[in-house]
Amino acid sequence: MSIKRLSPEELLALDRFAVDEGNPHIVVDKAACARCEKRPCLVVCPARCYQQKDGQVHFEYAGCLECGTCRVMCSDQGVTQWNYPRATFGVTYRCS
Amino acid sequence: MAEDDFDAIVVGAGPAGSACAYTLAKAGKNVLLLERGDSAGAKNVSGGRLYTYALELVEPGLARRAPLQRRIVREQIMLLSDGQATTIDHAEYGKEAESCSVIRATLDEWFAAEVEAQGASVVPGMRVDGLLEENGRIVGIKVGEDEMRAGIVVACDGVNSMLGQQAGLFGDVKAHAVGVGVKETIELSPAVINQRFGVKDGEGAARVAIGCTEGISGGGFLYTNQDSVSLGIVFNPEQAARNGRQIQEIFQDFKLHPAIAALIEGGTSIEYGAHLVPEIGFHGVPRRLYRDGFLVAGDAAQFGINTGMIIRGMDLALVSGLAAARAVLQGGDPGPAYMAQLEQLMLLPNLRAYAEFHGIFGISRIFREYPDLANEALRFLFTVDGKVPPPMIKQLKAIVKSKVSYAQLARDAWKGYRSV
Repeated sequence: MSIKRLSPEELLALDRFAVDEGNPHIVVDKAACARCEKRPCLVVCPARCYQQKDGQVHFEYAGCLECGTCRVMCSDQGVTQWNYPRATFGVTYRCS
Repeated sequence: MAEDDFDAIVVGAGPAGSACAYTLAKAGKNVLLLERGDSAGAKNVSGGRLYTYALELVEPGLARRAPLQRRIVREQIMLLSDGQATTIDHAEYGKEAESCSVIRATLDEWFAAEVEAQGASVVPGMRVDGLLEENGRIVGIKVGEDEMRAGIVVACDGVNSMLGQQAGLFGDVKAHAVGVGVKETIELSPAVINQRFGVKDGEGAARVAIGCTEGISGGGFLYTNQDSVSLGIVFNPEQAARNGRQIQEIFQDFKLHPAIAALIEGGTSIEYGAHLVPEIGFHGVPRRLYRDGFLVAGDAAQFGINTGMIIRGMDLALVSGLAAARAVLQGGDPGPAYMAQLEQLMLLPNLRAYAEFHGIFGISRIFREYPDLANEALRFLFTVDGKVPPPMIKQLKAIVKSKVSYAQLARDAWKGYRSV
């Protein structure tokens, strides 16, 4: 295999995730995000869990790498809850 | 009053937590080491270099037993521009390596097993949800509905330290004080790594790169592991947000820069990780690192040193974990004893020595204009195309002026001088 540009999906596909279905560890307030103009989350989330569609911020916790950047960078109270996933859930690194 | 379940509960089985639990258990204490990952290291990402004196400080001989990747014998600095690169490569032959590349999943799991062998209870797959407090003292932790009590709780729960915040020692991490690191691990055969980096079996290279962040404060890194390389970038998140381009895209550009791509060609990407890194050193350390029944160590205490060339975190984590354990073993008030140990073990003096270094990263031109300038100047000096070249000094001055004014140059030099 040769080195190539990997898409966000391809990058996350390298990792192992156990998704805690129906139990997000990060909760985002859509109304606050709608009011937010800067939306740093779209740029700084290394997993691209925050995506803009039709002018709205959509958040998907399934591929979260648990770094905390969104919480630290969110200045408009959009991230209303941030915790690590419950034990046994989330990302598992094997060679980092 | 309820009886303690343990002498000490250590939260987080990274280098800080394991160093602390190891030292306490070795001294005969009844220790519980909790880790939220399925195994120690499962949630951890680091650039990948450990300065090994710290393992030896925890116990002589530990560095030899540890599953380290390659001894770093080549220190490399890369100045990147579009289609150009300048690499400085330093080696001191015959000198014993001071650092090794590491893979955390392997290293942390090994260390946690060592902790267990010393008699501690090591329990992975446990997320600590809160602290137990009685009469102003931290007396234990909560995991779901369960409560566990101990004489001391040592929070080694990482850069986001939820426990330190719950204990009221500090507020949430500030964006200006951290970097967001992204990293791809790329598998390559040991022979190819040896050849491309000019090293022998067991030896490796560490590389930092500037000019790969679109002008954002931050830099690239590359560490050679036994049969993979760790390639990544750390960004200042505030500047990245202002820059507006997704950091993953900038990172992929870096990976595909001809100078980097040539090093990893034929490799296979096997993992992608991200993590926050304490970036501003001494000034980022919270004023209070303890309260009654509670200590904070490692990334949770925001211990880090970044001089641009030296990036330290894991060694400081090990040393602070050791300091916490020694403070507890002294038998007095562990809080002040911990701060005294951080002095004695040279952790705080080291942080102070580099206290103003992060000022360098406030020189924005380091991240684009100066690498460009170096590459342009070298391109000119190496060009032979049969034409008569312009006068050298005149042309070099013109190259400097095309990137930066003399006033800016003087300001940056002064700022750099003040920082170091």
